[in-house]
Amino acid sequence: MAFTFAAFCYMLALLLTAALIFFAIWHIIAFDELKTDYKNPIDQCNTLNPLVLPEYLIHMFFCVMFLCAAEWLTLGLNMPLLAYHVWRYMSRPVMSGPGLYDPTTIMNADILAFCQKEGWCKLAFYLLSFFYYLYGMIYVLVSS
Amino acid sequence: MTLYKHPSNPGPSQNPFPMQQVSQGYSMPGQLGYHNPVLAKAPMPPGPVLYNAVPPASPYQSAPGPHMPVRPPVGAPPPMQPGQTIPASQNSVPPPTASTNSYYPDAQNPSPSSWNYGVRPPMGMGTPPPGNHVTSSPSPVPNPPSQGFSAAPTLTPNTATTPGPPLPPSSYNSWTQPGSVPPMNAMSPQTPYQPGRPPYGPPPTAGPPPGMRPTPPPTGPHGTATPPPPMAPQNEGVRQTHTPTNSQALNSSEAGGRIITDPPSSQPGPVGRPIGHGYPSLPPGYQNMAQPPNVPPMHPTQPYSSGPAAYPQPPMGAAQLSPSMAAMSMQAQTPDSLRVVNLLQERNLLPPTPYQPPTPCLPQDLQRVNCSPDVFCSTLTSIPQTQALLNKAKLPLGLLLHPFKDLSQLPVVTSSTIVRCRSCRTYINPFVSFLDQRRWKCNLCYRVNDVPEEFMYNPVSRSYGEPHKRPEVQNATIEFIAPSEYMLRPPQPAVYLFVLDVSHNAMQTGYVDVVCQSLLENLNSLPGDTRTKIGFITFDSTIHFYNLQEGLSQPQMLIVSDIEDIFLPTPDSLLVNFNESKELVGDLLKSLPQMFSKTMETQSALGPALQAAFKLLSPTGGRVSVFQSQLPTMGVGALKSREDPNQRASAKEIQHLSPATDFYKKLALDCSGQQVAVDLFMLTSQYCDLASLGCISRYSAGTVYYYPSYHNEHNPAQTERFQKDLKRYLTRKIGFEAVMRIRCTKGLSIHTFHGNFFVRSTDLLSLPNVNPDAGFAVQMSIEENLVDMQVVSFQAALLYTSSKGERRIRVHTMCLPVVNSLSDIFAGADVQAITGLLASMAVDRSVTASLSDARDAMTNAVIDSLSSYRTSVLTIQQPGLLSPNCLRLFPLYILALLKQRAFRTGTSTRLDDRVFAMCQLKSQPLAYLMLMIHPALYRLDDLTDEGALNVNDRTIPQPRVLQLSVEKLSREGAFLMDAGSVIYLWVGKSCNPQFLTQVLGVPNYPALPQNLTQLPELDTAESTRTRAFVGWLREQRPFYPLLHVIKDESQLKANFMQNMVEDRTESALSYYEFLLHVQQQISK
Repeated sequence: MAFTFAAFCYMLALLLTAALIFFAIWHIIAFDELKTDYKNPIDQCNTLNPLVLPEYLIHMFFCVMFLCAAEWLTLGLNMPLLAYHVWRYMSRPVMSGPGLYDPTTIMNADILAFCQKEGWCKLAFYLLSFFYYLYGMIYVLVSS
Repeated sequence: MTLYKHPSNPGPSQNPFPMQQVSQGYSMPGQLGYHNPVLAKAPMPPGPVLYNAVPPASPYQSAPGPHMPVRPPVGAPPPMQPGQTIPASQNSVPPPTASTNSYYPDAQNPSPSSWNYGVRPPMGMGTPPPGNHVTSSPSPVPNPPSQGFSAAPTLTPNTATTPGPPLPPSSYNSWTQPGSVPPMNAMSPQTPYQPGRPPYGPPPTAGPPPGMRPTPPPTGPHGTATPPPPMAPQNEGVRQTHTPTNSQALNSSEAGGRIITDPPSSQPGPVGRPIGHGYPSLPPGYQNMAQPPNVPPMHPTQPYSSGPAAYPQPPMGAAQLSPSMAAMSMQAQTPDSLRVVNLLQERNLLPPTPYQPPTPCLPQDLQRVNCSPDVFCSTLTSIPQTQALLNKAKLPLGLLLHPFKDLSQLPVVTSSTIVRCRSCRTYINPFVSFLDQRRWKCNLCYRVNDVPEEFMYNPVSRSYGEPHKRPEVQNATIEFIAPSEYMLRPPQPAVYLFVLDVSHNAMQTGYVDVVCQSLLENLNSLPGDTRTKIGFITFDSTIHFYNLQEGLSQPQMLIVSDIEDIFLPTPDSLLVNFNESKELVGDLLKSLPQMFSKTMETQSALGPALQAAFKLLSPTGGRVSVFQSQLPTMGVGALKSREDPNQRASAKEIQHLSPATDFYKKLALDCSGQQVAVDLFMLTSQYCDLASLGCISRYSAGTVYYYPSYHNEHNPAQTERFQKDLKRYLTRKIGFEAVMRIRCTKGLSIHTFHGNFFVRSTDLLSLPNVNPDAGFAVQMSIEENLVDMQVVSFQAALLYTSSKGERRIRVHTMCLPVVNSLSDIFAGADVQAITGLLASMAVDRSVTASLSDARDAMTNAVIDSLSSYRTSVLTIQQPGLLSPNCLRLFPLYILALLKQRAFRTGTSTRLDDRVFAMCQLKSQPLAYLMLMIHPALYRLDDLTDEGALNVNDRTIPQPRVLQLSVEKLSREGAFLMDAGSVIYLWVGKSCNPQFLTQVLGVPNYPALPQNLTQLPELDTAESTRTRAFVGWLREQRPFYPLLHVIKDESQLKANFMQNMVEDRTESALSYYEFLLHVQQQISK
């Protein structure tokens, strides 16, 4: 049993995924507030937009770590989400600041529903990957 | 409570809209404790007509007090039944009139050769002579008879049962001027009240009282005399729906009510479309049979899904004709809108008179008080029960609103408490039900609420204990003067800021003279009160402010050249009280055109100027009018030209429909938060990126005006249009710091909004300014199944501050039936509303996806809906392209949209022109939108007085609407095309010399000047008729459409010809080809 770089990656990913889970919950709550008229879309976009890039960067960061640790299976599992993040950010509306959400279109029922669904899907993905990283960490620690 | 008729002509009286329950004060950072000096000062709106002599100091609050003449013992109120209970017999579909062939003797379909132009197919008795011979051939029907009789056009006028002159073709319009139309007058004395009805005083403006049940005239002027069965007593729970009696009663009581209530029809508003009281003007039978009198024969064998039983042919004896006709017109309602039309074979589908939207299939007493379709209409007047059913019908569900329309008559209520549902905050409306005298049930959320004590007193009849007779419960469109709870801060004054581009380019066009001149002329009619504020900013590469402080001998110009960090040099004297500084403002306007006439500055710093305007107005809110003549080149918001003119016609995909920067959008959102609206006037000769600049107006609820190739001298027509638009713009009503909330019955939800605004929550629009020319569209979706519901309701409430500093709420409520069969959905489809909504959706699609996507989506909308109709509604399959009668114009309108400037391909369309057309499609009210999409074409050289309307002692000829095809033009004629904002008069080369001399005042065709924009006032019958007709067309809209006389060699001929949507162009299909394409796709 030895503490390898891969084990370190898994531990780091475990912590960061916990953070991402909070991001996803925050996202879901924010869109639910929008839908139930508790918040103004301008304010809500102003709070959500700064969080988009950190989330994407955190995810990208431990993907790179897994690449360095040559954990191909884990990397492969994360690739779809990484690609989705890249696509999502490329196709964002014309904005001068960072972020994705445009207060003028966000109240459109389609976009609102899409964002809510996106939030739930991400939450599920992060939760599953959290347990996977836990398993992966123990496996790496035990097997080496 | 004080009620008065509110003459909402654009000028004097203004209605403000309050912020209704703006729970998040995001827009109002400075929430001041409310105290409203203005309202206290002038609680009495300036309405000319008072209902009663009650002093304005809100006697309503002291309802049981001295103002109440009679207070009946509360224990014994008049037997009150729930006036608005939902009737049971809702969706009764009358037997179809399968025997329509009886009215069309040669019922065989004309051969498809009717499409071969030039060949006249045998088209039944009423076939119009084609083309040029309209005048010469005596038609069996002297003029287009009233629409309701389209089923038997030739019989009606000839029988003795129809006294009075032949009905004008547009019987709808005639309702506006009851005094001048003989049949209406003849009818009114014959409308006695039903005996046994509980007596009450009919409120003059509250519409005809519900109890009014006239006995039908023995020989009704409309030929609709009906057998008089015993009338149902009024306030019963269950109403009869489709009985001829009810309908007749409605009809005549409407007429009677009109005659009592109509003010002398001198209001400048649209004469033909009286909105305030134009509720159900016609019995359903009339409205839905908008069928040309000479339509080609129907197909007698077409089955109806709603019931195969053949409608018995009414006996045609002269004495029996009228009753049978009445029955016919009532019962044929649904079947006629569902009557199958083979589009490939029937050519002449346009209604001869203005289009009438379908009447919702509601009980008469609900329909009578329903909202006017000009203000509030739905694409489907029968709401499907489930989303699955809606998806199956493939028709869009949505609402189209014109909430701030100038109304000729609007009941206004002042009261201390506005009765609203406690859970969903719906305003009480005619469609709520009273469980007993003390409780009412909300029609949106079904909560049972208490009736407040004040509401028991009816100020109209001055009686107590009749809450269901109050104006709020009798009018679907009503305005409240809002008490202080509806304000987050004291109502703002009217504030106007003018921002003018004075760079070299702008001064070259000479627009500054026009603006200053128009302002000088209209300064005194700017809506406002003593608090009105005004200010001016000019800009080129620097920003110039004008100190207009009272006491100065002349205006002081302050130049700020630091455009990176803009600041206000003297914050309190730039925006001044208009009344105090009137002379300085006049001086400034007189000197402004000369001040910059020699400027050599070519740069334009629009972004900083807008920031300065925002800073100046943010403490108060108000309106910014920006005049811009080129692409902004300096400071923030600078733009680069994105258009490549060489790519215009050839490009596969239109680029750059979305903004290049979000600066203008963000600034617009800031403006919206501070209740500032920005109206943009673009006066340009080159590309100026309207897609980016337009955002400033779009999200701040402003308006974009666009004058391409503007030049004072070189383009006088454009200049005149600019002047007229500016006059309307400056003098029309305006509402400040407005919000509009749209509520709907539980189960329905709002999907998307279209128009100029910022969406603040799922059902709330933030409108810093609202103007009477703004239209909105709303897409709806059905979230929960509407089982167990007979009707659903929609309520739009617009809260605004009038220019007089009053907070007001204008509430429109519409009630629609719920149906569960596809055939009923199709029967209630309103083709114009569908087209309008699809146009808005297509604009969104072309920005988010691509133009070709949007075009495909529109074509698919036709294909899907017609194929759904074919597979699900029709029981017997037939060859051809079949459409229900009510959707017969759908393919034509969609084709017209595809050829509209916004969506066309192939031809060279400037990007700005396209973007501007898109802006208009989204923000225009439906009535103007339809003329833009599908202009009306009339032949003018053979106008006759037959079938003419009589408005204010003027005879308005009513020529037929012709199809938009060159086939309809002839060299011998003169044709008028009414395209909404512009009217073309095309004069043929060998035009009737009489027309040239008598109407145009020229001896022969070559003498006709190139740029004639006015009809000479000649003292001839022809000239009078023509001018009356053109004048009538203009009166129907608030703006002033210019008239262009077009000769063969005129430049504008191309514009005229581009509107010929039924013809083939090099890149677009002709109407027939389009139909073939649709048919091919359907049969796949």
